[in-house]
Amino acid sequence: MTEAQYGRAPGDNSSDPVEAWEPSGLLVYTIGLLLAVLLTTTSFWVANTSLLWAPGIALGLAVLAIAQMGVHLVFFLHITTGPDNTNNVLALAFGVLIVFLVIAGSLWIMADLNEMMPPAELMDLHMQH
Amino acid sequence: MNFLGKLSWDAVPLHEPIIMGTSAVVVLAIVFILGWIVLKGYLPYLWREWITSVDHKRIGVMYIVLALLMLLRGFADGIMMRSQQAVAAGGAQGYLPPEHFDQIFSAHGTIMIFFVAMPLVIGLMNFAVPLQLGVRDVAFPTLNSVSFWLTASGVLLTNISLAVGEFSKAGWVAYPPLSGLQFSPGVGVDYYLWALQISGIGTLLSGINFVTTILKMRAPGMGLMHMPVFCWTALASNLLIVAAFPVLTVTFAMLLLDRYLDFHFFTIDAGGNPMMYVNLFWVWGHPEVYILVLPAFGIYSEVSATFSGKPLFGYRSMVAATMTISILAYTVWLHHFFTMGASANINAFFGVMSMIIAVPTGVKIFNWLFTMYGGRVRFTVPVLWTIGFMVTFVLGGLTGVLLAVPPIDFQMHNSLFLVAHFHHVIIPGVVFGAFAGYHYWFPKAFGFTLDERWGRRSFWCWFIGFHLAFMPLYVVGLMGMTRRMQHYDNLDWQPWLMVAGIGAVVILAGIVCQVVQLVVSIRDREQNRDLTGDPWNGRTLEWSTASPPPAWNFAVLPYAAETDTFWNRKQRARGKRDERAQEREYDPIEMPKNSPTGFVTAFFAVVTGFALIWHIWWMAGLGAFGALVTFLVFAFRHEDEIEIPAEQIARFDRAHPVGVVI
Repeated sequence: MTEAQYGRAPGDNSSDPVEAWEPSGLLVYTIGLLLAVLLTTTSFWVANTSLLWAPGIALGLAVLAIAQMGVHLVFFLHITTGPDNTNNVLALAFGVLIVFLVIAGSLWIMADLNEMMPPAELMDLHMQH
Repeated sequence: MNFLGKLSWDAVPLHEPIIMGTSAVVVLAIVFILGWIVLKGYLPYLWREWITSVDHKRIGVMYIVLALLMLLRGFADGIMMRSQQAVAAGGAQGYLPPEHFDQIFSAHGTIMIFFVAMPLVIGLMNFAVPLQLGVRDVAFPTLNSVSFWLTASGVLLTNISLAVGEFSKAGWVAYPPLSGLQFSPGVGVDYYLWALQISGIGTLLSGINFVTTILKMRAPGMGLMHMPVFCWTALASNLLIVAAFPVLTVTFAMLLLDRYLDFHFFTIDAGGNPMMYVNLFWVWGHPEVYILVLPAFGIYSEVSATFSGKPLFGYRSMVAATMTISILAYTVWLHHFFTMGASANINAFFGVMSMIIAVPTGVKIFNWLFTMYGGRVRFTVPVLWTIGFMVTFVLGGLTGVLLAVPPIDFQMHNSLFLVAHFHHVIIPGVVFGAFAGYHYWFPKAFGFTLDERWGRRSFWCWFIGFHLAFMPLYVVGLMGMTRRMQHYDNLDWQPWLMVAGIGAVVILAGIVCQVVQLVVSIRDREQNRDLTGDPWNGRTLEWSTASPPPAWNFAVLPYAAETDTFWNRKQRARGKRDERAQEREYDPIEMPKNSPTGFVTAFFAVVTGFALIWHIWWMAGLGAFGALVTFLVFAFRHEDEIEIPAEQIARFDRAHPVGVVI
């Protein structure tokens, strides 16, 4: 089994014994749609209800949003843990990492620059020179 | 409203003899070449075999031709700057007026990065990656053609700006507020932005294409860890393209909105912030450095292994270093603007990261050295470029580590020291690598080797000329000379700048040697034919097929379940002819059909870009509509493949026998 650690090469499907059972596309998309609609309506309900403790609403919405992302990834973008899905998972991880680095880095840098900026009165004094 | 927007006869700078002379020569040359092609009846051949070709090898060659032509343009800009600075000291004003000098340094940087370095590495990847992977084409062949022609559109727009209107005067980075409407009301910045937007889309499509090709289309048996290192570096580079180029596109789109629709993303008034542009530009800009240099590192790896007759030392560490660089590339961008006023914490973080990213690069240098160590190194021209690179790049890299120290950067910022540093890494890192690859893969592309003698002359001229041209810039940088000066008063700087000017002339001699090399090699092609398909005793799959390879690359897809498959197979055959070559059976092959989609799309892209630059709105709409229709026509095509009959493949294989069959 030394081959396994390299992953499978394209066209190299001899080593795979059984084709795993896969649900039909329609079923997957239907379940995904139902879950997505459910999560969306829940978040509208959460935002408007008075049953929940008010400060918890934001947290609830965040949880629902993350769950929504998960539903989209699994049911629509077909990110699974299957052996043939390593590329997609890695690509997603790479994308998330880069987006995180860029956004977090930019926020950090720009906020810091803003803080280091001299107050407006001082700027006006400079302008008069 | 004017029918032709801002365009009028005033846009042509008739009063500038240098510009008009150059434009006249270029236009005459183009008319002459086109006329020659038409009169000789080559036009149908050109259209059928090149312009509409979706063959990755042809597209790769066209990328490289484009890059080498633009190298001449970019170098002409460079030598003009060097000669201007060599003379314009004290009271002398030189021969370039400031507004022209500003356009020249902006065009030099833009052209060298986007239209020389990028097409060189993308062209070499196009040519070599599918061959090394043992496949017949890239994942999306027509898209590949679109990418190339969109890049060519950007080139065309940039060069139109020479004769019609002006080019940007805001440097190759085009920072606002200088590049905003208030300080650059002319069309120069618009030329810059639209040319780069159009070619940037082409580059992004290339990136997607290559990531897909490498991850999905390798030869049977070839796991990721069996790929040649050049394919690994190409993968890393294209992942960076996919992640970084959208940032550039969006940043330029924001600047375009500022300029066209009165937005205020990067203006001081109405709450905008020009520093955000600088930040976003370098979020793209630093990964861009690695997009360029990683494929060159791959070439050096292939060259040092092949010509040392040894497997690459530390294949796994090379792969790890490459992938580490491609992540770390996103953690260092602030070192391009240490002086913008961030606090010490931030500058320290990015300074430290910038030093850390030098570590995997150092790993690579040691890998190449140990690959050569104990090998029987053949000192061919690609090896000369490789050794020249290592010697030069280590020094250039060290000045980079120096500049990564924020307090030192505060001294050196915007000085010629910085200019010397980035030329010191980009020229050996990218240009030498591309030249090594050009010499290395040329026999594979055209079926005959390049002349070694002229190649060596070219190398030595480039190597010596490079040091003469850029070492003095370190000195004047330390003496306090800032970059982009049309004229200066300090006479102490002048001798150094004269030496730098002489260096540029020596580099020119190197370029002349390369042209001579090409001419001599074509003249002597019959003596230098590569009949085996393996002129260098190579290790990777591209050498296992004929030179030049047939359109289908491999008659039978190779089975390659180890690194250096071709080399190992040759060792096992021990020089005997492979018997299996005779009894091979061939199946018909489906190949993608030629398509004019790329060329037509690019035509409409140029129309749209030109119209937007000059505010000719009806024409912009027409161009965009044309591009859309082109896409629809392509999307609704009936057949996109042609079948190559088995007899044709068998006939080709019998005519071009190769040493071993994989």
